[in-house]
Amino acid sequence: MVIGDYLGMSLSISDMDTENLTYFGYCSDGEFRLQKCLDCGFIRYPPGTACPWCSNRTFEWVVVEGQGEVHSYGEVHHAVQKGFGEKVPYMILVVDLDTQKGEPTEYEALRVVGNLVDEKGSLASPTLIKNVGIGSRVRMVFNKVSDGLALPFWALDENREQPTTPWRYPEE
Amino acid sequence: MTDIDTTPPAYLRDKYAIVGVGETSYTRGSGMTTRALATWAIKNAMDDAGLNSSEIDGMMSYSGNDSTASPLIAGDLGIRLNFYMDVMGGGSSSEALVGLAMGAIEAGMCNTVVIFRSMNGYSQVRIGGTGARASQPVQGDALHNVPYGWFSAGQNFSPSFMRHMYDYGTTPAQVAMVKVIHSEHASRNPKAYYKTPVTVDDVLSSRMICKPLHLLDCCVETDNATALIVTRATRAYDLRQKPARILAVAGRVCKPRSDMHFQHGPISTVAGHYIKEIIWPNAGITPDDVDITGAYDAFTFTTMLQLEDYGFCDKGEGGDYVASGIMRLGGKRPNNTSGGHLCEGYTHGMNMIIENVRQLRENVDDYCPINSGSSTEQRMHTYNYAEQSCRQVKDVNISMNLGWAMPGTGSSLVMRKG
Repeated sequence: MVIGDYLGMSLSISDMDTENLTYFGYCSDGEFRLQKCLDCGFIRYPPGTACPWCSNRTFEWVVVEGQGEVHSYGEVHHAVQKGFGEKVPYMILVVDLDTQKGEPTEYEALRVVGNLVDEKGSLASPTLIKNVGIGSRVRMVFNKVSDGLALPFWALDENREQPTTPWRYPEE
Repeated sequence: MTDIDTTPPAYLRDKYAIVGVGETSYTRGSGMTTRALATWAIKNAMDDAGLNSSEIDGMMSYSGNDSTASPLIAGDLGIRLNFYMDVMGGGSSSEALVGLAMGAIEAGMCNTVVIFRSMNGYSQVRIGGTGARASQPVQGDALHNVPYGWFSAGQNFSPSFMRHMYDYGTTPAQVAMVKVIHSEHASRNPKAYYKTPVTVDDVLSSRMICKPLHLLDCCVETDNATALIVTRATRAYDLRQKPARILAVAGRVCKPRSDMHFQHGPISTVAGHYIKEIIWPNAGITPDDVDITGAYDAFTFTTMLQLEDYGFCDKGEGGDYVASGIMRLGGKRPNNTSGGHLCEGYTHGMNMIIENVRQLRENVDDYCPINSGSSTEQRMHTYNYAEQSCRQVKDVNISMNLGWAMPGTGSSLVMRKG
């Protein structure tokens, strides 16, 4: 059993949940690994028990580059969970990984969810949020919660060219 | 993913009907248990249908562990059950359960099924997600979303809504018209929790909850129970009300990757895209044949996305559709004439079916006077859609409900005048 506390939430992964144990364990080591099907070779997210494309149950954990482009987002101004009360506004990003984007069909991508954070890994400031939207280039950073559990987040990728005006909600 | 053959079971078309509907009041602070609410709504539905407890032998319900159980309600009301099924689920369950009730009757398991949803959605388990639900431990699969403050329905759906604006240029003002129109409808509904009409400016100037959702883009949280009764159409004609005949039903149809539907785009496409392959051939009609819709309005956006993906307009033109006035009382195809979840009360879809049943009877419970000589409390409708007046649609023949669980899952029910 892996347990941890984050923003007042009690997080846990049971010993039987080997897919999530392994995934978050790698995150805790600073590695982003996903399951790759041993039959068709497609990589999947989030962790699961079989391949969504060929139903095969065997897989290996492969290192995937934690970088991609914002596909869409939500921006929370009214917190529902207590721990987020003083964190608003915060941004929830749905990110297309560069790896396997547009495969196996043009509409598919490994879309990894996470908050926008600053370069130190803290939830982004309102100023930073205003500079991020659909099309922004982001890279993954990990915030360690406890031994065996780190959560992946997204930070603006300073090594990649950013769109001049990423798409944002029109009335701001 | 290969297409799955869903050859229409046209032989079931018209064979079943909704013969009774009932609800409690829509309040914040019911002061009673979900058990008491459920018996209240079901008794109203029984009275509406003219059925007593010995004439009902099936019961189904759905909940997110925030309701009561069929055996308790059946016991309270003196109903001896030949069949019951209480399932997990929220929005889109109501239509799906109508289909399952038909199946249970068709299989010979029972004859008449009550379906109910009972919830203290404001005073106990809040539908917006605040309170006890928000402080539960986060385990396993939920670690991929809840720790990011990606928890409530609005938070979960917002990337789909946002992407629709990006893909198609849909504007906040267009979408706000859903609330405006439903609020107009609610002002003709004495039962509605919010009866005051609002403007586009009211919606856009209300505080931001989760971009792109303002407060007034979100539904109301209320305490209520709702019930409907399904039986064979042949039986329906002996009962008190004109039946609403069921033409077709589709239940909990999912996009690919129902575990996390964002994996399969376009993410601005919702389950209606798949539902339409089942519901139109099964009903034997096209969108042009539909007189009224009940497009689930957990949020303004959900109404728009569904109407678009079911084919009431071209893909991407949902914003134009909802802003055009088509959905207004007096328009070509009114939507959620009771005010729906945005204004009447939140029921996980049941009140939209109830409303359509009453519309198909041409006896919606608006402010028009009741004809004192009528055994079914028939109202004398004026078809003048002013505030606190009439909300009966003229010449209603076919209704469609478009149920929503989330962008990736939905259900549908098509009914016609009996």
